[in-house]
Amino acid sequence: MSAAWLTRPRIDARHVPVLGAVAVFVATSAFGSLAYNGFFSPQVFLNLLIDNAFLAIVGVGMTFVILSGGIDLSVGAVIALTTMVSAALVEQHHWSAAGAIPLVLVMGTAFGTLMGWLITRFRLQPFIVTLAGMFLARGLCYLISIDSISITDAGYTAIAQTRLPLWGDSASITVGALLALVMMAIGILLAHGTQFGRTVYAIGGNEASAVLMGLPVARTTVLVYTFSGFCSALAGVVFTFYMLSGYGLHAVGLELDAIAAVVIGGTLLSGGVGTVIGTLFGVLILGVIQTLISFDGSLSSWWTRIAIGALLFVSCLLQRLFEARRS
Amino acid sequence: MPPALRTLAQHRLFWPAVTLVLVLVVNATFNTGFWQLQWRDGHLYGSLIDILNRAAPLAVVALGMTLVIATRGIDISVGAVVAIAAATAALLIGGDLVVKNGVQSYVSRTPMGLAIVAALAVSALCGLWNGLLVAKVGMQPIIATLILMVAGRGVAQLITNGQIITVYYAPYFFIGNGFLLGLPFAVFIAAAVWLALHLLMTRTALGLFIQAIGINPAAARLAGLPERLITVCVYVFCGFAAGVAGLIVSSNVKSADGNNAGLLLELDAILAVTLGGTLLTGGRFSLAGSVLGALIIQTLTSTIYSIGVPPEINLVVKAAVVFVVMLLQSAEFRAALGVWVRRRAPDGVTP
Repeated sequence: MSAAWLTRPRIDARHVPVLGAVAVFVATSAFGSLAYNGFFSPQVFLNLLIDNAFLAIVGVGMTFVILSGGIDLSVGAVIALTTMVSAALVEQHHWSAAGAIPLVLVMGTAFGTLMGWLITRFRLQPFIVTLAGMFLARGLCYLISIDSISITDAGYTAIAQTRLPLWGDSASITVGALLALVMMAIGILLAHGTQFGRTVYAIGGNEASAVLMGLPVARTTVLVYTFSGFCSALAGVVFTFYMLSGYGLHAVGLELDAIAAVVIGGTLLSGGVGTVIGTLFGVLILGVIQTLISFDGSLSSWWTRIAIGALLFVSCLLQRLFEARRS
Repeated sequence: MPPALRTLAQHRLFWPAVTLVLVLVVNATFNTGFWQLQWRDGHLYGSLIDILNRAAPLAVVALGMTLVIATRGIDISVGAVVAIAAATAALLIGGDLVVKNGVQSYVSRTPMGLAIVAALAVSALCGLWNGLLVAKVGMQPIIATLILMVAGRGVAQLITNGQIITVYYAPYFFIGNGFLLGLPFAVFIAAAVWLALHLLMTRTALGLFIQAIGINPAAARLAGLPERLITVCVYVFCGFAAGVAGLIVSSNVKSADGNNAGLLLELDAILAVTLGGTLLTGGRFSLAGSVLGALIIQTLTSTIYSIGVPPEINLVVKAAVVFVVMLLQSAEFRAALGVWVRRRAPDGVTP
């Protein structure tokens, strides 16, 4: 993005949507910095990452699912189930954080594997399978408890309150935000540096061709949902730190925000085209909109929904124009 | 199996009907007075009537959804449209207290007929927006309607100004609470929507056109069908149906809540359509099946209430039902099941 594309006469067409997302992020941030006092500070921007860490982590998994031409509606429910199981284990059964966290991660991963297996083995539609998964995970939350369970465990509160300082005392991030950055890096490596990543792009581009090329389509599809399940569970762990409670109504509708972030970040919903870094900017854009509305103070919270909807509309429209020009 | 029974089992409504009967029987075993109907104050009362009444809005939405799914589409914005329609109607009607000759009464802010037409027009407009995005812009249906699903609740809250608007104007309550000929009025609305659609689909070629689009959109267009126009109309109708459901729901609870009205209704509607035997891959569809699907979902809900387990467990049961139905719809699963049954047969007792 730096000197390389300045010297080249044309930008690679594949990078247009991502650059668009970056441009929107820079523009909205610049607008906020000019319009509101105190907006342009390192901590405001780090808070974008801190407050949306779970969304970013879920977004990494969702990017792979959408790249492969599928969809995962269960992510919000898996987050809720993770918070609920963690809270129940820690508070009611006196497990330590070191015991509970690996268990919920394995649980979420297995949940994703099961859905992926159903989708590939019985040729079911991802939309319906993950919808059923969403019902199941939310329902299981209520089997544990209908009410919210707050976490007072020393280990969890200690991790939740840990701040990792960056350049002095003026700015710091949380463990959750750090995990989000790590997952982003892993996602980028997986997408562009491994056979798995290339197979995901191939499946999303044309599944039949991928099969004919001899790629392990079935295995990769199961792995995609497995990875998404793992990301949801990890996001659930981060969400548990963030809220310090377990509740069946946590993260309601988060799947929509995650899909919106992926699409705004330039990934085509038809699959095969997109990047993980775009999703990071999609998440940051959603965060900036929220921050702008809270800085303004006079705008009500529902304007966030309308703004996200409008942004989703614009980016889908641009994607269509982009597709039409290419074909 | 006798030939008559085999023909019956092959009827497309057979399995939805069997499921409904099964759920009803389960309900009756837990709830002794289940089949009883009482005639009180000129109305019929009973668990069955209650299920019919509560299933009405879902059935109306499911009918609209059936047509959308038949064209290979999906509309996940119906819950938000329900909230928008409810908010519009509640805002326009409201109810201001007036004292006339010493008698207190509430009057509508705008004539009720006008308010209802406005609410339905707004929801049809929402449908038009979805339809244009799908048919003209060429977006995938799930994404096109996702936009309205995300923004729609914001719009509904904008209309209600973030408050829950309470309706005081009594005539409006008739839609969701009134009785006609002893039966809840909402049941008549659902029946009328079904009948109108049924006639439209069987007496005109429209039903055939919709199936043709669902089976192969490109072929339908090449055959000279106005594919885009029909697709837009189908989404407009789905929005309209969601608006009707919004009127029923807001009239029933006498208020409009932009945040929670019709929450997760899109999922229930899609589930009802699937339970009714319409495949999500488009093509053949069954309107009566979707109504049966809506009744199955409502009966399940009331079973769970009557058993006495927390209503939230409903979700686990729904999940189990969706898993079973989608597996039975999968050819691969039936094949695997067939292999398993044949492999087991030699071990079993031979007749």
